[in-house]
Amino acid sequence: MEKPFRRRDLLGIRDLNAAEIRGILDTAENFREINSREIKKVPTLRGKTVINLFFENSTRTRTSFEIAAKRLSADAVNISVSSSSVTKGETLVDTALNLDAMDPDCIVVRHGSAGVPHQLAKVSRAAIVNAGDGANEHPTQALLDAMTIREHKGRIDGLKVAIIGDILHSRVARSNIHLLTKLGATVKVAGPGTLVPHDFGYLVESGLMMCPHIEDAIEGADVVMILRIQRERQDSAYFPTLREYSIHYGLTTARLDLAQRDAIVLHPGPMNRGIEIASDVADSSRSLILDQVKYGVAVRMAVLYLSTGGSMGNA
Amino acid sequence: MGDVEATLIEKSRIMDETRMERALSRLATEIVEANHGAENIYLVGIRRRGVPLAERLRDKIEANEGTRPIYGIIDITLYRDDLSTVGANPIVNRTELAEDIDGKCVVLVDDVLYTGRTIRAALDQLMDFGRPRRVQLAVLIDRGKEHRELPIQADFVGKVVPTKATEIIKVMLKEFDDIEAVGIFERPSE
Repeated sequence: MEKPFRRRDLLGIRDLNAAEIRGILDTAENFREINSREIKKVPTLRGKTVINLFFENSTRTRTSFEIAAKRLSADAVNISVSSSSVTKGETLVDTALNLDAMDPDCIVVRHGSAGVPHQLAKVSRAAIVNAGDGANEHPTQALLDAMTIREHKGRIDGLKVAIIGDILHSRVARSNIHLLTKLGATVKVAGPGTLVPHDFGYLVESGLMMCPHIEDAIEGADVVMILRIQRERQDSAYFPTLREYSIHYGLTTARLDLAQRDAIVLHPGPMNRGIEIASDVADSSRSLILDQVKYGVAVRMAVLYLSTGGSMGNA
Repeated sequence: MGDVEATLIEKSRIMDETRMERALSRLATEIVEANHGAENIYLVGIRRRGVPLAERLRDKIEANEGTRPIYGIIDITLYRDDLSTVGANPIVNRTELAEDIDGKCVVLVDDVLYTGRTIRAALDQLMDFGRPRRVQLAVLIDRGKEHRELPIQADFVGKVVPTKATEIIKVMLKEFDDIEAVGIFERPSE
């Protein structure tokens, strides 16, 4: 039997080993069945409180965590930055200590700066789940991507995965690169030179390759993962225009034809149709974008269960 | 778990393969008799060891009656009442109740009835899936009423085995263990 996931906090994929990742994915697969029941609720986390603390806007991820908590019978409380006292000048640690004083069992946090969940984990007694921190990590997104891949390919080991787009600013890319290489996939990344970082050198031995052209990355790929291009980057001169980005790095049917015939397309959303992904690709049967959203709930149920269920560590 | 089990000492053997086979045959007959045929029976095995036992009962009922009872699996992990006290997180497995349970005669199948808490969890989960006409309980071994912590009794029992709380009953099945047998075990005294 695999060693179960035994960490209270989920701060990043980088801290996990392959057995722990598989443990979370296996648990998530077993949670899927609950989401197809007529009564989509189990009493597992009854009496537990989950706080969704979102310093950045997010509809999909926050809703997904909220639904996951509610299907496990936990009480979910949402705090968004616009309504919080952060805007009144409170420091991050004070916010955390105040929330902690209300005895939540888990705090799900998203923040624009890398390392915020790690800071909270130091001061809070609650389990901290990272829902995205700056350009660092977005572990549950990588887990739901992995679940989607496993569901359709039956495995991750030995697969060729292309990640296309703004790698530099993408926490989704970072978490995915860690997860996929830990589970034995080969990962090729491609994007404009200004948006592909050069600090991934240490991962080359685990199967990461940087490609100059999108075609090099996609050729022969089993999975093509497209990242959202953040429109606000255009003003920072990372690339000349959205149109030029689309011409060089947009996923079109012609480019997708370079991949394996049964290749699948993933996108973490929200999509910019016609920019990083052509509409016909996004709507084709090879695109599994809605499956990703669906598995996201199961993955987050598994993460909440594993980080709050049972008494682990210093509870 | 494996390490702990390896150190257990078997005090006595309650059933061998033949006796287990006979007990299951009798249970299959009793279940059909009590439900006036096999048509409306929905056998539900409780993970883990209730699952192969339910499969065997299904095969025996089909062989005797020519009707294959509906069959499903329940995993009670998410309905446990001790999640905040057990050490590590129990592994979650899947519940598989593909067919509607509404109006069916559900027969829960487990290997050992002890405190009754597993059955409570299974009942709660069952009710979240629908409204069965009735629910019955079949167990291979009943450890005796004095251990019960809830008002739950079995309708069909392979064998009643009065035990001490310090004793452990192990139902060994070829799906998980090398042999088919039931034994009383005890931890070695220090």
